[in-house]
Amino acid sequence: MEAVNWGTLIPIIIYFALMYLIGIYAAKLLSTAKSADGEGYMDEYMTGGRSTGGFVLAMTLVATYLSAGSFIGGPGTAYTHGLAWVFLAMAQMPTGYYTLAVLGKKFAIVSRKIEANTITDFLRERYRSDAVVIVASLSIIFFLIAAMSAQWVGAARLLQGSTGISYRTGLLFFGITVVVHTAIGGYRGVVLNDTLQGIVMSISTLVIFIAVVVKGGGVSNIIQNMKAIDPGMITPYGVQEGFMTKTWVTSFWVLVGFATIGLPSVSQRAMSYKDTKSLNQGIKVGTIVSIAILLGMHLVGAFGSTLVSGIESGDLVLPTLVSQIFPSVIAGIVLAGPLAAVMSTVDSQLLVVIGAIVNDLIINYLKPELSKNSKAVSRRTTGWAIILGIIIFILSMNPPELMVWLNLFATAGQLSTFLWPTILGLYWKKANKQGALASMVAGIGSYIYFDYFLPRPLGLHAIVPALTLSLIAFVIVSNITEEPSDEIIELFWGV
Amino acid sequence: MDDKSLDSNNKRKFIEDPRYKQCNKEAIYGVILGLINMAWWYIFGYGLGSKPVEEYSYILGFPSWFFISSILGAVVFTILTFIMVNKLFVDMPLDKMTKEEAEEYIMANEKGGK
Repeated sequence: MEAVNWGTLIPIIIYFALMYLIGIYAAKLLSTAKSADGEGYMDEYMTGGRSTGGFVLAMTLVATYLSAGSFIGGPGTAYTHGLAWVFLAMAQMPTGYYTLAVLGKKFAIVSRKIEANTITDFLRERYRSDAVVIVASLSIIFFLIAAMSAQWVGAARLLQGSTGISYRTGLLFFGITVVVHTAIGGYRGVVLNDTLQGIVMSISTLVIFIAVVVKGGGVSNIIQNMKAIDPGMITPYGVQEGFMTKTWVTSFWVLVGFATIGLPSVSQRAMSYKDTKSLNQGIKVGTIVSIAILLGMHLVGAFGSTLVSGIESGDLVLPTLVSQIFPSVIAGIVLAGPLAAVMSTVDSQLLVVIGAIVNDLIINYLKPELSKNSKAVSRRTTGWAIILGIIIFILSMNPPELMVWLNLFATAGQLSTFLWPTILGLYWKKANKQGALASMVAGIGSYIYFDYFLPRPLGLHAIVPALTLSLIAFVIVSNITEEPSDEIIELFWGV
Repeated sequence: MDDKSLDSNNKRKFIEDPRYKQCNKEAIYGVILGLINMAWWYIFGYGLGSKPVEEYSYILGFPSWFFISSILGAVVFTILTFIMVNKLFVDMPLDKMTKEEAEEYIMANEKGGK
């Protein structure tokens, strides 16, 4: 085994220690909620008592949304394909304003009316259907476990690559930190951590970007060097004929742009802010921060091709670049950025899965009496955080074939399940349970079909036709079946 | 409920939450801004980037297709987002309303608004 690089490791350890402190601080706030009943506890645990302010809202949204993909995978691919991949990544430009504007105030108002703590609560009240709730919960549990495991693998590799500790130690170190701070802190802890992580991500991006530009001798010089490596590096079509076609690249506006409203970990945040001033501020700050990080990190990857050549695995581009440019202590501080990106995504996802198990399945179906007892609920949330941590750890130690596939499918799967039932449930009075169920089945089913048998139907990414079919199924089935009851309509639309 | 229906399209007899009209508008503004954003990105990116590489022009070192579609685009749409939020978004309470509060809200908006 390589020698451990303490210079890089120590700043990272200090950073992780901070996560624990924040978790403990949030746990104190949570314990005041314990005097309430089980429902009050769940409300505090899942939404932080709906008190998120604007800056924090922006940071948690950005940090949740930007994951290992934006910090490790994306720059790694930009390293190979050049500016074309940076261009593709900019399909995420609207994320900061679009999600919050479209779910908007209405989602916040409705979730207060029906006292929803999770997206599944919303679906249950709106559609009153066990089938919808169960499909939604299972979709969250399976897709997110797969997604989280892939993120843990990414974090452990990053730790291994930059500090020299073993993969197993890195995985344990990272996994325990995530599980503990999520389990004890709940939503408030996760959100506070996300804020710190969002700040770390921003600073880290800025520092790495400036260093890369300076090292490469200025933008002009770097671009001309990229052109010399392969002229495709500076076109919107990339270096590989027929890979980054117009229609396929444009499809990403749906996959990673407009449809992200459907991600439960994202929509959860649109339930939790304090007031409309926070929302407005959240949109502004979120837009600036997300665009700056996306543009900065992807350019770093693309520019990196002129600084260090021949990095084979995309995942290693960022750690390699950073460790070559910076002295080891600064490398450790800077690498906290990508680690923060991974952690802030995983903790939110873990929280959503805990919510799906404890709030949506156990309290609703198995033990409704728990809703009176906050201690029992808190034991379960902690217990499930640990159980999930162990499952993910085992999966990540030796990632099975199926899991790699599931992870690729995780984002698209969540979108196919949740996008239309959320949006139409909110804005269309005729949306009913049969329609919602039809749309979930059509969305997931057609995505799997396209992915397997017809990748790039009509040149598009498979998510586009899948979501289109899912919408068509929703509208047709809702129109030919009974309208939702007056009671539901009045609850959602009345005062 | 014997109150007059507040929304003429409302077939059912209940007062529709008066905040929703504004909420729906804001959602549509968001969608429109998103679509314009995509159009800007597509038109400048592919419009200027489809030329042969030798004919590219450069702005601040970046090929102009990339600079205008992605970097300038980011700045322009951040500014437009600020304008949208400042000029078109309206502050409102988010908590559940009673019938009286709803009527008060409507009155206040008719007087103070537009």
